[in-house]
Amino acid sequence: MDYFLTEEQQMIVEVAQQITDEKIIPQRAELDEKEEFATEILKDIAKADLFGLYIPEEYGGYGGGCFEVVLALEQFGRGCVAVATSFAASALGAYPILLSGSKEMKQKYLPDVASGSMKAAFALTEANAGSDASGIQTTAVLDGDEWVLNGTKQWITNAGEAQIYSIVAITDKSKGARGASMFVVEDTDPGFSYGPKEKKMGIRASATRELIFKDCRIPKDRLIGRQGMGFITVMKTLDLSRPGIAILGVGLGQAALDESVTYAKQRVQFGKPIISFQAIQHMLADMAIQVEASRALVYAAAKHIAAHQKDMSKASSMCKVFATDMAMKVTTDAVQVLAGYGYMREYPVEKMMRDAKILQIYEGTNQIQRNVVGQELNKEYT
Amino acid sequence: MNIIVCVKQVPDAKDVRLDPKTNTLSREGVESIMNPYDRHALEAAVQLKENYGGTVTVVSMGPPQAEEVLREAVSCGADEAVLVSDRAFAGADTWATTYTLMKAIKKIGTFDLIICGKQAIDGDTAQVGPGLAHRLNIPFVTCIRNITNCEDSLLKAERLMDDGYDVLEIQLPALLTVVKDINEPRVPSLKGKMKAKKISITSMSAEDIGANPEQIGLNGSTTQVVRVFSPEPRGEKTMLTGSVAEQVEQLIEKLEAIQ
Repeated sequence: MDYFLTEEQQMIVEVAQQITDEKIIPQRAELDEKEEFATEILKDIAKADLFGLYIPEEYGGYGGGCFEVVLALEQFGRGCVAVATSFAASALGAYPILLSGSKEMKQKYLPDVASGSMKAAFALTEANAGSDASGIQTTAVLDGDEWVLNGTKQWITNAGEAQIYSIVAITDKSKGARGASMFVVEDTDPGFSYGPKEKKMGIRASATRELIFKDCRIPKDRLIGRQGMGFITVMKTLDLSRPGIAILGVGLGQAALDESVTYAKQRVQFGKPIISFQAIQHMLADMAIQVEASRALVYAAAKHIAAHQKDMSKASSMCKVFATDMAMKVTTDAVQVLAGYGYMREYPVEKMMRDAKILQIYEGTNQIQRNVVGQELNKEYT
Repeated sequence: MNIIVCVKQVPDAKDVRLDPKTNTLSREGVESIMNPYDRHALEAAVQLKENYGGTVTVVSMGPPQAEEVLREAVSCGADEAVLVSDRAFAGADTWATTYTLMKAIKKIGTFDLIICGKQAIDGDTAQVGPGLAHRLNIPFVTCIRNITNCEDSLLKAERLMDDGYDVLEIQLPALLTVVKDINEPRVPSLKGKMKAKKISITSMSAEDIGANPEQIGLNGSTTQVVRVFSPEPRGEKTMLTGSVAEQVEQLIEKLEAIQ
């Protein structure tokens, strides 16, 4: 369907499309198999100026918003969710600085993030703090001109690959949610190290590790925004970033559909291509309908978010749930259409099905997203 | 360093078909692309510019639609683009083409280095690079697979050979043709695409470059393509087996049978 993109938006799509077709798709199976981080592809993406899509022009970016990022991520998601996740996680790590950081902090980090020479990461999750962020145990204590960090962050995307980390730590335990603050940690800070690489079901080319802080000392001015505002920044960050995860579902669903239709036209059983059987046709039709409906919702949500920064949560959560549940279903159906071949690693759809699962889990599980939508409804109808 | 890159618009090899009746290329519905070797030439030039400074100018001789490949080149890092286009250039062989490009490049002005792809995938002659160097009276090296250094007008590069490679020092100005091993061409950047859309492409006619009408197009061509045809499919293969001596014996038998 035609979504009437502007000429510049169309250019973003074309640039991302070419990287996806020429760089990502030919390498994705090998990267997945070897669980190898896509360093070179990310350099290609940097050279193509896409790391700066959402960063204001004054900090060396393109000056776009949520929708422009979504357009690029849709293509990357079509190619490989692991590569796309590495790209998206850098934005997730930079959003707190962009949303709440001081001008000096923005000037220090954002131009390098925009050029892609510096990658960022976002660290909220801990062993006892997943959906329930109030379980955070990492602490930050002010000691003279330095913050001293202690604790361990878990399952952090881009860990070990990024140069800067936006992390959440408790600065005042007695204040509950208002006792959390965000900080920028640099990879060279003393007392900061990484755990081993996690072995995952899908998105195996993305890096997932622990961040370990042992009396990690960072300068006072690495506090993002004000003390105690950590959770507010986290919520805003996730509201802004979730359409990016949603659109990975759309790109992935589209890729699964493309593979399924192509295969169904070639595969002959009972003397006919299997696409001529209604059982297959209806599956493909349902896949196409769901992909298109998800795309429309994510585009609409991303545009809404770009225009209404104070009212993002519901749109953001709605599109994340819908598009990622869709991706799980559509990739599962794609494996079914390709059947025995689909189950083999030689064909791309089994990887797509493995990759789809994480979309329902990370950046807030789909159950938590439904909570958000429900709570917003509760507020709206008073 | 001022670098000129020669690019050619060619039909996408994936789509080329030969009309079996007329034995001509059937270009209908065939997408045009930048000659793949030229993408590597452009990338080499852009990398040199990034490392040592300077400008990259792309030049193409071709019909007006060749402007598309020039814009693509700008989106991938070229600074300026020149289209050498005139009906009078039609039918040019490589001899007339090198003359035309030489005149255009003299019109463009000074340069330190010219980079071309090893050959175009449509004509496959590999003559235009060396021919152009001859016309300009500058040294050339073909089949460059790596450029390692460039200092004080001295370029260090590696030339691909059948059994390895030569390491060469080349005094600039010079012309290089490159093979695909030299680099991995980048995809267009967003800023590049925006620049490509806006840039005004310099167009040069036969008159603009002061070309002698006798030396361009069909008039200036010393060769002509008389016929293009698909080679007959080869006959059936027979694999000889047994010891070498037995195989030789079988072969002689077969050859004698043909006589």
